[in-house]
Amino acid sequence: MPSIWSFPKITRRSGKVWQRNLMVFFKTWKVNFFPPFIEALLYLTAIGLGIGTYVGAIDGVPYITYIAPAILAISVMNSAFFECTYGSYVRMYYQKSFDAIIATPLSIEDVIAGEILWGATRSVISVAIMLPVLVAFGVISLPFSLFAIPLAFLGGLTFAGLAMCFTAITPSIDTLNYPSFLLITPMMLFSGTFFPLAVLPAIFQYVALAVFPLTHLVALMRMATLPSAGALLPLHIAWILAATVIFCVVSINLMRRRLII
Amino acid sequence: MPGIIEADDLTKTYNDMVAVSHIRFCVKKGEIFGFLGPNGAGKTTTMRMIECVSPRTSGVLRVFGMDPDKNPAEIKQRIGVVPQETNLDPDFTCAGNLLTYARYFDIPPKEAEKRVENLLEFVALTEKRTTAIDKLSGGMKRRLILARALINNPDLLVLDEPTIGLDPQARHLIWERLRHLRSQGNTIVLTTHYLDEAARLCDRLVIMDHGTFLVEGTPADLVRDQVGSEIIEMDNSPEVIACLAELGVTYETFGDQVQVATIASRELTKTLLDRCRLSRFNVRAATLEDVFLKLTGRTLRE
Repeated sequence: MPSIWSFPKITRRSGKVWQRNLMVFFKTWKVNFFPPFIEALLYLTAIGLGIGTYVGAIDGVPYITYIAPAILAISVMNSAFFECTYGSYVRMYYQKSFDAIIATPLSIEDVIAGEILWGATRSVISVAIMLPVLVAFGVISLPFSLFAIPLAFLGGLTFAGLAMCFTAITPSIDTLNYPSFLLITPMMLFSGTFFPLAVLPAIFQYVALAVFPLTHLVALMRMATLPSAGALLPLHIAWILAATVIFCVVSINLMRRRLII
Repeated sequence: MPGIIEADDLTKTYNDMVAVSHIRFCVKKGEIFGFLGPNGAGKTTTMRMIECVSPRTSGVLRVFGMDPDKNPAEIKQRIGVVPQETNLDPDFTCAGNLLTYARYFDIPPKEAEKRVENLLEFVALTEKRTTAIDKLSGGMKRRLILARALINNPDLLVLDEPTIGLDPQARHLIWERLRHLRSQGNTIVLTTHYLDEAARLCDRLVIMDHGTFLVEGTPADLVRDQVGSEIIEMDNSPEVIACLAELGVTYETFGDQVQVATIASRELTKTLLDRCRLSRFNVRAATLEDVFLKLTGRTLRE
């Protein structure tokens, strides 16, 4: 039995799983395209314009412009995370789709890699829908903000891999609520999203930097949309890359352990 | 000629539980080979090892001469699988399921379209091509799964209880299709609980229990060797039992019934009618079910 750190053998066949999910997504595209659009609109109006009236500016940046990249980053996180937790779990456990697929030339590694790839694609689709809304509000600058698209893919892989780790070990669909409430929600609030990390006690800042992938993704998104590349750019990229590789490798191995018996 | 499937000393354990223990068999090209046994006998585990989705613990297993541990994709490219559990994709229609599956085998779209039409016709589901999966009856789902298993023109079909829960019409349709496939040179391996199904379909079969094979052979040979040609059934009464014991006839009792297996029913029946005062009796041909119950007992399994 390979260890959870061994590098899985993935073939181009994983693209077939990605394609399957894409086809299902486009069959119901009307319900799928609307949420990111509405989400961007709601966040910008309620928090950006509403709360922003009282906040004014942060670091010399209008509040609505400050949170715009956070809206993108949070959407990246939610799209990939929920796709690869509840979505993947339903396909794995209730629909038995993985069982059906591994009876074909695809391996379980191909299937999980395809699912993670699809989770990241969901993030890209969300960001691509949100970007025009943000442009219309005049809160992001072009063309640098287009970096949000590759960032969405990278961050999408991070959160899809993380999500798949939980899916691989969860005893039931209900217990997937734990990472949602105990990890995703705090991350959404305490990752330098709606206020700078600097206002928090030092210990919180360290935790946010050390364990929250969203902290790094928000920072990168902000560098793209303002735009204002900082000295920490390579650090954020390195952290995200390392976390992505670890999450994806571990999740595929955990999944094989769960499903190949 | 080497067999399509060759297993020697094949063993599978889950933690401490031995599911399949040192079995040895060889499935030849063009035959229908059956695995029979009570629940938990190890049939499904054996199927899953052949399908390359469950790695063996020890022993030798070759499918098309290849090792499932080393060349799973190559083997799976040539196998069609009908799993015990219905796992059609509910996000697609009937035709959509087959087309999606065709992509997993790298079948070009044009060719796939053609095969889907033929297969839907083969399993009598052409009219349901755009129907959602949850609108199908149980029998239709099983037929669609059979069609799905054939999308890659497999050389080997592995069927885990292909007709489970089907009405007689659907079972007969599936049997007829399987025999048709055999006539075209396909090799078929199946598990079943239905002994009449095994007797009708299988060229050879094994009866297994607790992970090991009890017997192997053709259905007719097994019946003849294990129980004889006919069964005489009588009411269970102390007089009948005493009479049988006096005559030195081997018998078995099941509740209110006494059974005597024989190859010479005519003479024995005459003797029994003359000597024992039978209130009611019945002579019938011995079946695979008699073999099965004799070998695996009548205790209920989980």
